[in-house]
Amino acid sequence: MIDFSNWDIVRNLLFATQWTVLLSLAAFVCGSSVALCLSAIRLTRNPVMVRFVKVYIELFQGTPLLMQMFLCFFGLSMMGYEISAWGAAILSLTLFTSAFLVEIWRGCIDTLPKGQWEASRVLGMNFLQTLRFIILPQAMRVAFAPTVGFSVQVVKGTALASVIGFVELTKAGTMLNNATFEPFKVFIFVALIYFALCYPLSLFSQFLEKKYHVAR
Amino acid sequence: MSLVKLDQVHKYYGDFHVLKGIDLNIKAGEVVSIIGRSGSGKSTLLRCINGLEEYQQGGISVDDKEVTSEDIQVRRLALSVGMIFQNFNLFPHLTVGENIMLAPTIVLKKSKSDAGTIAKAMLEKVGLGDKFDSYPEKLSGGQQQRVAIARALAMNPKVLLCDEITSALDPELVGDVLKVLEQLAAEGMTLVLVTHEMNFARDVGNRVVFMHQGKVWEQGDSKTLLSEPKTEELKQFIGAVL
Repeated sequence: MIDFSNWDIVRNLLFATQWTVLLSLAAFVCGSSVALCLSAIRLTRNPVMVRFVKVYIELFQGTPLLMQMFLCFFGLSMMGYEISAWGAAILSLTLFTSAFLVEIWRGCIDTLPKGQWEASRVLGMNFLQTLRFIILPQAMRVAFAPTVGFSVQVVKGTALASVIGFVELTKAGTMLNNATFEPFKVFIFVALIYFALCYPLSLFSQFLEKKYHVAR
Repeated sequence: MSLVKLDQVHKYYGDFHVLKGIDLNIKAGEVVSIIGRSGSGKSTLLRCINGLEEYQQGGISVDDKEVTSEDIQVRRLALSVGMIFQNFNLFPHLTVGENIMLAPTIVLKKSKSDAGTIAKAMLEKVGLGDKFDSYPEKLSGGQQQRVAIARALAMNPKVLLCDEITSALDPELVGDVLKVLEQLAAEGMTLVLVTHEMNFARDVGNRVVFMHQGKVWEQGDSKTLLSEPKTEELKQFIGAVL
């Protein structure tokens, strides 16, 4: 049996951490883009589209992320679509992230007075102009803090990708545990690395909250 | 020739009949004050004229174009109808200058420099030439409302709708805003005001329209109407506000 020094364990975990970071970033970027589109759709007040967004939100907020990942990974392959663990993880995390961000952003947009929409309308601006020049710049200030706060959930959510065989931080921890039989030590390291990723995000979120809420 | 024409306009909020067949003709250059108790439908009437509210029966036209609340119509309408709100509704993330320049640049497709020139001229007109680079939150309510007037004027409207524009102001700031309106009236701008400023309605307005229970109850020349009201309801209303 090979001996693993502490450094060996940490080195391997850090290597896997880059996949956790990459997966988090990809999920966050894709999730935000989808959420942006869904937010715009919701604001058109077209009843059919609004209903669609509502069902989307309920569906992906109302089921465990792990189930969504299983469905993306196993479900899609059974339907004949070849999908890698990496693809399935990004897809399901995107669905999950966007469903929550739409709701968070809805709150931010709804804090703006109705008068901002009306003033834009009577000045002759169309929907997209109003969104771009009036609503988004104001809503974004309010949305920064809770959005960064939610990114912590995305980072932690990536741990579930270990179950479908994607080698990120948690999966690497499991594998190292199988090789070293030192679960306590290995998972302490894993936990510390997650904490090192998430804590700065929380701090940043608190900083943004103070900055923008005092300034308003 | 009427600039704004309302023909038997009916408006419902669900089962609530807000406007019960309004007929009104407003000529270019007229200053019309709409008065009445809260809930009499004054603001709703104003908001129907620029398409912010739908109406269910009758017809409204401005400058011979029919008003509907369809988005495209409202935007075409915005070129001839300006509106000023009780709560100013300035854009807080933009400077005063940017507030005024935005619609002329993106809606009328004017160049930045042209829009800037217009914005400066309009600010001078409302007596705020030095506030171009300020943010709205740094201004008093009266100043904010004058910026809102400048913003509406920059679109070169044919008629300006004012929805209780002095009601949210401290009493000592009301005068500055009314002075701007008076100046506009003298220059021949068509004004339709929902207002509680009876002195202004009498001294500057040409016509007063008294609304009661969703109807035009009584209307006429402003001085005559306010000094010799015919209906009991208007007498009571004048007694209550003066």
